[in-house]
Amino acid sequence: MRKLKLLPVAVLLLCFQTIFAQNRAISGKVTNDQGNPVANASIIIKGTNTGTVSQSDGTYKLSIPASATTLVFSSVDFGSKEVAVGSQSEINVTLKLADKSLQEVVVVGYGTKIKKDLTGSVANVTAKEVNNTPATSFESAIQGRASGVYVQQQNGKLGQGINIRIRGASSVTAGNEPLYVIDGIPVTSADLSTNGAATNSLADINMNDIESIQILKDASSAAIYGSQASNGVVLITTKKGKAGSSKIEFNYFTGLQKPTGYRDFLDTKQWLAYQERAAQGAANQDFLAGYYNTLDDALADYKDYVEGRFTRYSAGNDDWQTAKVNTNWQDEAFQRAPISQYDLNISGGTDKTKFFLSGQLLDQTGILRSNFYKRYSARLNIDHQVKSWLNIGMNMNFARSRNDRVSNDDQFSTPLQIVALSPITPVIDPRSGLATGALDPNTGRPNTNYPVYYNPLLSVLDAFYKTSVNRTFGNVYGNVSFSKYLTFRTEFGIDQLNQVEDDYNGTLTARNSGVPKGSGSNYLTQVLNYTSNNFFNFKKTFADIHDIDAVLGMSYQERNYDYNGASAEVFPSDAYKKLVAGASKTQATSSSSSSSLLSYFARLGYKLNDKYLVSLSGRIDGSSRFGANNRYGFFPAASVGWIMSEESFIKDHISWLSFLKLKASYGLTGNDQIPDYAAKGLYSAIPYGGDAGQVKTQLPNKDLKWESTTGTDIGIEGGLFNNRISFEVAYYYKKTKDLLLNVDVPSSSGFASKYKNVGSMENKGVEVTLNTANIVSHDFRWTTMINFAANQNKVVSLDGQVIGDDVNKAREGEPLGVFYAREFAGADPANGDALYYKNTVGVDGKIDHSTTNDYNAAEDVRIGNPNPKFIYGFGNTFTYKTFDLDVLLQGVYGNQIFNGGGQYMSASGSNGFDNQTTDQLGYWDKPGDKSMVPEPRLFYANGTNNSSRYISNGSYLRVKAVTLGFNLPKNILNRVKIEKLRVYVRAQNLFTITKYKGWDPEVNADYQASNINQGVDFYSAPQLKTIVFGISLGL
Amino acid sequence: MMMNMKKRFVYIAFTGILFGLISSCSKNLDIKPNTSIDQDNAVKTSDDVKAVLVGAYSDMGSRSLYGGRVFLEQDLLGNSDDIDWTGTYQGMTQIFQKQIPVDNSFISDIWLAGYKAINDANTVLDNISLVEDVDKPQVTAEAKFIRAASYFALVQIFGKDWNNGDPASNDGVPLILKSTTDVDATSQVPRNKVSEVYTQIISDLTAAVADLPETNTFYANKIAANAMLARVFLQKSDFENAAIAADNAISLGLSNNLHLMDHFADAFPTKDPPKSIDNTAEDIFSMQVTNTSGYNGFNEFYAESNRGDITVTDDHLAKYETDDDRINMINGDGYVAKFDNVYGNVHNIRLAEMYLIRAEANFRSGLAAVGDEPLNDINVIRERALLPGLDAGDLTLDAILHERFIELAFEGFSLQDIKRNKLSVGNLDWDSPKLVFPIPIREIRVNSKLTQNDGY
Repeated sequence: MRKLKLLPVAVLLLCFQTIFAQNRAISGKVTNDQGNPVANASIIIKGTNTGTVSQSDGTYKLSIPASATTLVFSSVDFGSKEVAVGSQSEINVTLKLADKSLQEVVVVGYGTKIKKDLTGSVANVTAKEVNNTPATSFESAIQGRASGVYVQQQNGKLGQGINIRIRGASSVTAGNEPLYVIDGIPVTSADLSTNGAATNSLADINMNDIESIQILKDASSAAIYGSQASNGVVLITTKKGKAGSSKIEFNYFTGLQKPTGYRDFLDTKQWLAYQERAAQGAANQDFLAGYYNTLDDALADYKDYVEGRFTRYSAGNDDWQTAKVNTNWQDEAFQRAPISQYDLNISGGTDKTKFFLSGQLLDQTGILRSNFYKRYSARLNIDHQVKSWLNIGMNMNFARSRNDRVSNDDQFSTPLQIVALSPITPVIDPRSGLATGALDPNTGRPNTNYPVYYNPLLSVLDAFYKTSVNRTFGNVYGNVSFSKYLTFRTEFGIDQLNQVEDDYNGTLTARNSGVPKGSGSNYLTQVLNYTSNNFFNFKKTFADIHDIDAVLGMSYQERNYDYNGASAEVFPSDAYKKLVAGASKTQATSSSSSSSLLSYFARLGYKLNDKYLVSLSGRIDGSSRFGANNRYGFFPAASVGWIMSEESFIKDHISWLSFLKLKASYGLTGNDQIPDYAAKGLYSAIPYGGDAGQVKTQLPNKDLKWESTTGTDIGIEGGLFNNRISFEVAYYYKKTKDLLLNVDVPSSSGFASKYKNVGSMENKGVEVTLNTANIVSHDFRWTTMINFAANQNKVVSLDGQVIGDDVNKAREGEPLGVFYAREFAGADPANGDALYYKNTVGVDGKIDHSTTNDYNAAEDVRIGNPNPKFIYGFGNTFTYKTFDLDVLLQGVYGNQIFNGGGQYMSASGSNGFDNQTTDQLGYWDKPGDKSMVPEPRLFYANGTNNSSRYISNGSYLRVKAVTLGFNLPKNILNRVKIEKLRVYVRAQNLFTITKYKGWDPEVNADYQASNINQGVDFYSAPQLKTIVFGISLGL
Repeated sequence: MMMNMKKRFVYIAFTGILFGLISSCSKNLDIKPNTSIDQDNAVKTSDDVKAVLVGAYSDMGSRSLYGGRVFLEQDLLGNSDDIDWTGTYQGMTQIFQKQIPVDNSFISDIWLAGYKAINDANTVLDNISLVEDVDKPQVTAEAKFIRAASYFALVQIFGKDWNNGDPASNDGVPLILKSTTDVDATSQVPRNKVSEVYTQIISDLTAAVADLPETNTFYANKIAANAMLARVFLQKSDFENAAIAADNAISLGLSNNLHLMDHFADAFPTKDPPKSIDNTAEDIFSMQVTNTSGYNGFNEFYAESNRGDITVTDDHLAKYETDDDRINMINGDGYVAKFDNVYGNVHNIRLAEMYLIRAEANFRSGLAAVGDEPLNDINVIRERALLPGLDAGDLTLDAILHERFIELAFEGFSLQDIKRNKLSVGNLDWDSPKLVFPIPIREIRVNSKLTQNDGY
């Protein structure tokens, strides 16, 4: 990219060539090592900005002043070459294809490094891959692009939770999300939602502002962030202005989004037959339990009952008898979902002052009814050289987002729970002419028992949940150069986030809200984090062979969180939606918490002869979150590297091996992601009948300390055939000990849990990255990227505990979040009872594989694992003349999904009148039938307790991103005096190959997602399939 | 390159700033919580201890405990033909179907809620020395009332009934009488015997009766402690003491302006839109619910305006006599209307129950009637329900129990009444292990000294 910046200069110079007419003329041709001409190569007079570019046939002409001694030839994808001019008038140059990636400067904590010199493991994603992705937040854009980084979006609701695991989960109950650092300043990535489902506060970042993302994966590179680094560190660098002529860039795209998948539910005829059958099943059970004297009594009673209900759910008429109404409720949950983004940035500068200014509007409609997202953002990055020894600057971002949200997955009001409604129920109630459930003519109020559940469309009509965020984050800095070698940088960063959640439920929602005259809430969350970094950097080469790069500094961080909430009920009418109108104030609350982190850090990098690399670092962190006895922690790391390809035995003898580096690292990192006052014994206020009370709510632990992770990383990086093929292979082993566990304690103590440091967990894995330039010719270029990462997670010790209230568990010897429940054995051929394999261990140690219909008589076993065996990405980029095509496949393999909604939607009538998935039609019907679907029994829990009945294969392969672009050729661009014009069509999640029968295999029920609870589907919205048309214009 | 003077100055200045920051920041690592507060600052004065007592009431009123669910869940388990359950909570469906897995979270919630209230009460008792002398007896008595009530709820559902085998050898629940300051190996307490738990409950309630005042706003008073004691004795089939305690509750109640409401519906007042309402004159003890605190667990599942998961069957309606006013608390769609106020108090002990206990206990004790004749007590209840009084010849145990069943329907009495009267639930006999809740598997995992109940 660095070379590109001179292009416009050169173009301009071409236009004014006559100015230099009296100078000496040089001409020649630029070719590549296959003899083909290289177009658009820049030829610059060294030490100046003067130069030109080569023509499409590789030839160039340039006037140079007498003072010019050297020309620098360079081009995108090629290495640069310097040639002394001497007295030549014709200079022909052959440029070698370069592996750019090795020259790249990557950002590491408190500094930068050349990629070639890295001894840690850092994944790198650049602007090109991230910019203009049609998604709400940038994580979607790195999915499948960075090896070892598992990105999982919980569902297709806009701006909601995304889980990122870098080389696996390192903690059981403390946080597992990485630390995010933007331009040197840690930012809030926490969930601040009040509605029970997480939001993603990183969605405030404008993706097009991102210049690069570095993901510090191994302990040695992350350890400089000490107690915050166990889960890896994501460093985001925003775009900066460059000296030269100013640029204007405008980007726009617009398109449509759709659900990636649907689930099949029963239609009216199927549903009626199924419910009748379930009534018979239940009648039989009631008879057997002695509630009826004869079976016929029971059957008659049940038939009467369900047919009464059919009439009720058929809007009080007999239409169900003729199957007149056949509503596909699922369709009603979704809406037409356009997306558009407008983006403008202006950048430029002089030698002394450089700036980057951007503004963006993202306007996105969700696929679910009532879900909208709109974000405005603006950024100004400015740097000024005040004195030869002093630079100051600012990187500042303002963002305003408004998210019209839907309820969490566990609410009757969430759009997709609509699938539970009966197909015999009409969307519009013929009795009222209004949305079903809106009006019971008998009471003049919303219906209380029609349709079968609350109709989520009533919330679409008469409720909202608006989350508005105003956010300012950025930093100001000063850079002092004491000498060429020694600099001091001080930076002060803030991240200020003000969020207002405005929730209103009108009279139509009475059945859901439980109150007849409307209810509303308003929550204000304010987060103010500030950080001060102050560090010295020393860089010097001694005696030409000893390169020293050292950092020494300190940092102080303070995180403040304030929350106010109020609720009211009883509004005069639906026209009033603010709390001032609520006659009954039901809540007024405020709370706050703070934490601070004081740190000292140092790093010493040493390079000998450009071959041997050593890096040592250490950080001391003191945190307010930890017990008085263990407030400070020390986090050291060391790494070594050997660039073998610089050794003469390779350099001189193995010409095809252009680069080879071995590296190894070891380090200690920590995790401080626990509640602010976890170490303290706490009392909380609790009112009763208008009086003030208090109770003890947390047990103290003065010894509470860091969760610490030691990481070992061994890697090899190489380049073959002039780096046409480059690869990187890494093996790592991470062990986390002193887990910060919210340990279950006997509840007879009055407490359910206590924070303790017990237990350990490990992750080990392999990552492979392969980049190849398959075809590189003048007109056609084809490159391939493959990344693969296999991580094995194991909970080693939990002090003998099993943690997890749901089907996911943390268990010793098993991966985190493993699904543990009964093993389902299908229907008993004799009577249709759900059967389970006992799996009890006898005294002889043998496992009893016989079956039982008594759930309690069977043992829980591992029925699945939400952690993939491996994840991968496979990208291909084709460039033909002015066209380019980029195709990214992304996949996960070897994980399972538990359908938490199965107990309702695939449930043998156990939940009454819920509509069922079509796979339930193969139920056990009569003695002798062999089926995995037990007999339907209305309101009987026949096989609906947690078991492997609801486990599915969760592997998928997704066409994640496809971009087909056309760039207006340079000669036309030059004629119309614009720098760049690109039109493209881009698709996200274009299609998905999976055996999963649910909406989408990338899923994690939002209301319960946690470190342990993973891979559960609970009426979770599918992901978005997006196709947009875009244009990028550069001036 | 030599550093010139100006640069040297800058260097010194920056170094100074750096170290200045370090020294000022290290003080900031001790941040005091202000939303919840440090335990060291929580219980220091008499008022602090009284605040814990208020907190104990609040925990006692938790939705899983006296807020309602523990009673409602017993009605689900004890039901054969009175109600239909159509709710979506599988944990409740399991209870309704008498097929309860040991990891049922509704049941583990009760266990935790019970011991939370007990620990709160123990905290009050352990800090009683901080309370002003004049208030010590009453504060102690209230804490003991809460502790006893909580243990009674727990032992009834997690242990075998008093009359089922030998209560001195049947496992009850762990008796913990000290507040928890930390959790260690000694926190693994085994189950005490059913009789030991009852002994503790009776001892606490007896002490509470002695030291509680006759009126105490909506907090526990002498009447409530007597009433709770009457329940406990009745469950033990100790009819003599049950009659005495119930009589004490009635006579103290009447002298303190308690009375049956004129109409049955008035004992379950509601407002539209819902509002909190003070205790009625019939309420001996009720958990307080307002629009900002407390929780009515009965409303959650019974009220048509709430989840409406429970409806009444025709079989149940057939059990009412003609003209019984109480049937009007079941609306046209079969929903129970006793709990329609989402912000209504949970009417835990109504005066009507005391008449019923006194009638039954006097009838069954074989001793001279305490307070009033059973016939009069039953007719007090019947007349309020707009039914004709019984004649002396019609007064049988079945008639008394029937009156109790109708009067207290859906208020959480069915399972324990079935057990103490040795009735059945469908094909399940009163002493079936399926009618006892399992000890939550979570508790057994963290406390190896706990035994599981039969049948699980």
